[in-house]
Amino acid sequence: MEKLISILSELHPEVNFEITEGLIDEGILDSLDIVKIVTAIDSEFDVLIPAEEIVPENFNSAKALMELVERLEEE
Amino acid sequence: MQKNILEYLEASAERYPEKIYLANEKDGEEMTFSHTLSSAKAIGSHLLGEGLYKNGVVIFMDKSPKTVTAFWGVVYAGCYYACLDGQMPRARIDAILEFLHPSAVICDKRNEKTARELGIERVFIYDDIAEGAVNDEKLSAVRAGQCDIDPIYVVFTSGSTGVPKGVVACHRSVIDYTESLVKAIGFSEKTVFANQTPLYFDAPLKELMPAMKMGGTVYFPPKMYFSFPMKLIDFLNEKKINTVCWVVSAFTQISSLGALEKKVPEHLTTVAFGSEVFPKGEYAKWRRALPDAVFYNLYGPTEATGMSCYWRADRELSEDEPIPIGRPFDNTEILLLDGEGRESSEGEIYIRGTSVTMGYFNAPEKTNEAFVRNPLRPEFSEIIYKTGDIGKYNDRGELVFVSRADNQIKHMGHRIELGEIEAAAHKTEGVREVCCVYDRENKKIKLFYVGETEESDLLRALCDALPRYMLPSECNRITVMPRTDNGKLDRKSFLNNK
Repeated sequence: MEKLISILSELHPEVNFEITEGLIDEGILDSLDIVKIVTAIDSEFDVLIPAEEIVPENFNSAKALMELVERLEEE
Repeated sequence: MQKNILEYLEASAERYPEKIYLANEKDGEEMTFSHTLSSAKAIGSHLLGEGLYKNGVVIFMDKSPKTVTAFWGVVYAGCYYACLDGQMPRARIDAILEFLHPSAVICDKRNEKTARELGIERVFIYDDIAEGAVNDEKLSAVRAGQCDIDPIYVVFTSGSTGVPKGVVACHRSVIDYTESLVKAIGFSEKTVFANQTPLYFDAPLKELMPAMKMGGTVYFPPKMYFSFPMKLIDFLNEKKINTVCWVVSAFTQISSLGALEKKVPEHLTTVAFGSEVFPKGEYAKWRRALPDAVFYNLYGPTEATGMSCYWRADRELSEDEPIPIGRPFDNTEILLLDGEGRESSEGEIYIRGTSVTMGYFNAPEKTNEAFVRNPLRPEFSEIIYKTGDIGKYNDRGELVFVSRADNQIKHMGHRIELGEIEAAAHKTEGVREVCCVYDRENKKIKLFYVGETEESDLLRALCDALPRYMLPSECNRITVMPRTDNGKLDRKSFLNNK
């Protein structure tokens, strides 16, 4: 989780990702952030997020994103 | 002879009264041609009733069919509109309003509170004025008194001194642009667009105007879909979108995340892109995914109404060949001039034609720097626009973009003066020297500064002053600014040793 929080914090130092929900609904992450997050997760976790998993529900909070990474790691 | 852009709306409302002109994702929010016409006339009548004529009116609304209808309402009153956005940082809005001095603002309910804080004399709520009475007599009197050189809108672009520049365009230019765009790409009443660009730019005219002329339809997908490729493709398929004119980064967002291998926008037949260089690998993915679609590269500045050149992708390009910007639209000429104002095989791109706009709002000096007399025809006053772009012709006689001549960049499809970012940083306390550079390879805006303020504090201050797309991805505090031998700021050194 720490690794993921540090990826996100680098993009938005002003956001506390431990507690913030609604990253998409509130418009905090934009399209460029999504690409950067997907790329960073690929290189840091060696997990390639397939296009069908790149949906708002999976990016709305750090927690949701972590669950996605863990799920993909298992598969 | 057509003198007013609204003649398009009136003709389409007569031909296709019940056809949908503008639509959101949600059913029930769409507007037909006849509804757009009656609401625009009601808004125009209301503004005239309030004594507004030839005034500037700000539109402060979320993107929706109503926003566009408000534009045309303002034009009915013989006024000109400037569209602002609730998501723009307040400092930028204030900077724009300071020299625009609008007489009124039209807002929606959601943005009413902010709109009332802007210090504009009159505030109108869209829903209060869009279904009111139409005063045909007054509207006709306005129309009879108008010339086709009356302004329609002011669109703001980035300015190097920190003050945005407002480009003013008139009926004549927008009509010329609409006619040549339709001729070049061939839109029809069957054209269904999905809009991507914000309404406060000139870019959405590419959809709004041809659809208005031909009786086509423009959808506004939620902005969030442009982050999530599969959602966007589902939207395009559900609404049977056949035409898109997007900035390159909207296309690469979809292809680079691997979406085209999963699902294809199956109704797309016309794909127009522009505003920045399309990376060849991503371009190839799109061509493979849509082998039957026709692709266009569009090129042009806000100062020449929108787009000035187009290239129809009628052949495969070799690996190292850049995508050409092709040739000018009908009734437009491109001149390549050297520093002495002589014609050159490689030189600065100047644009000549009716689509050249009226210059910058309330900024005669800046206007005179960029809107200049044609040095090839010194005998009379022919104003051409100096783009600041360098171009050349390839072996086939197609125009090719080479580079920028100055400090302006294209980032995520947005035109940005690095000087505007520097100016915003300078306003932060504890910042003494600033240099902003663009790392083209990694598509990153990088800021370097000398001063006492912390990096994160500076970034936070910039968040309040600049639109999101202008924010540097890094703020680096350094001890000394690098200088060249003759004392100039050495911008290049920032890009070389990372």
